[in-house]
Amino acid sequence: MKLPQFDYQAPTSLIEAVALLMAGKGDARPLSGGQSILPVMAFRLAEPSLLVDLRNIPDLRAIEVSAAGVRIGAMVRWRDILDNAQLKDALPLLPEAVDHVAHYQVRNRGTIGGSLAHADPASEMPAVALALDAVIEVVGAKGARDIAAADLFTGSLSTSLSHDEIIVAVRFPAWPATRRYAFEEFARRRGDFALAGVATCYDVDAQGHAKNVRVSALSIADTPIRLKAAEAAIEGRAIDADAIKAASAAASAEVDPAGDIHASARYRKALVGTLLGRALTRAAARTAR
Amino acid sequence: MTVRFEVNGKAVSVDVSARTTLADCLRHELHLTGTHVGCEHGVCGACTIIVNGDAVRSCLMLAVQANGAKVTTVEGLSPEEGLSPLQTAFKTHHALQCGFCTPGMLTTIHALLSEEPNADEDRIRDVISGNLCRCTGYITIVEAAMDARASYQHSRGDKE
Repeated sequence: MKLPQFDYQAPTSLIEAVALLMAGKGDARPLSGGQSILPVMAFRLAEPSLLVDLRNIPDLRAIEVSAAGVRIGAMVRWRDILDNAQLKDALPLLPEAVDHVAHYQVRNRGTIGGSLAHADPASEMPAVALALDAVIEVVGAKGARDIAAADLFTGSLSTSLSHDEIIVAVRFPAWPATRRYAFEEFARRRGDFALAGVATCYDVDAQGHAKNVRVSALSIADTPIRLKAAEAAIEGRAIDADAIKAASAAASAEVDPAGDIHASARYRKALVGTLLGRALTRAAARTAR
Repeated sequence: MTVRFEVNGKAVSVDVSARTTLADCLRHELHLTGTHVGCEHGVCGACTIIVNGDAVRSCLMLAVQANGAKVTTVEGLSPEEGLSPLQTAFKTHHALQCGFCTPGMLTTIHALLSEEPNADEDRIRDVISGNLCRCTGYITIVEAAMDARASYQHSRGDKE
């Protein structure tokens, strides 16, 4: 369907952009790559009176890799993440997950900040941010603040961002050399929204046991969720066939997904366990860098 | 709002409302009706055009966002006379039946092969999974793309 009517501004500074959002009193929305908000508007699920395009604001497109971790500007596109050679070492779970984001053309426009702000429970980025304890840097009328990924997602397409706040960057803690990881999702057609997906990572101690196990799931609840029973099932253990089986069973048991026209609740429950089993099998087979 | 950009090498200036997608701007204001509009919400890929070298869905881009951009539509792929090598390959391999998806297929594959002239069959299939074709079953489209690679390798060297 054609888009509803709205006004458009493309300010050249964050201060101006925040002022425009403030003046919009919740009826104005930031526009990044537009790959989520424009379809949402075409469906009339949102009808903002003003779109504040962030394209002319400098400094939102950098990927910075340092000893402290990785900082990715909000306007960095999926394509930029996949093309970045440093991220393959500094944050390998990210490009592995981004490879599943939508299709070729969408990856040329869609951005990391836009995806986090859109907070679709079926999208990859929120689940990865949650698994990796990412910190979301935002700027609003009251100044700048950091939001932990665990505190960002409040419901389907809902976040704890105030209407005048703009995501400017996402920070990821440094990636330990012994960390193993994998991302798995299942969609009927590659590039479509996943019926379920999991991101997992863990560090390996001197005894070869898994530490700091993280498992997050997408498309299984209103927000991305940590699968804490699955994490607990393998924390401190060697990731062998028994451990993988235990984690997989725990994951299926702890989730309570809704059924819809795409997949029943029972199917999704089973799928989460299967995907975690595949992910851990791949993670365990990776050799240390 | 006035938007200035370049389409197929020609500078244009168009007056559009903010809600006008780039696809509708190309079709209705600039009469470049080669760009087809299918789903209007970023699923079918029929409206794919090339913006600053990247294949994008023109229904998921506002015309006002194209200010200052270099846009190539399917009309811009052909030489003055005749067809481009990719278009010729489509004809040779019968890679179109109804033709609705064809402009999006051509722009997508052109953008891909311009950057990755050695793309293999898996890569080509992965990329055009974002373009719906309900006639061909994709087999002939993939064959045409594979066949056209040679012309991109000549023009761009062997960069993968």
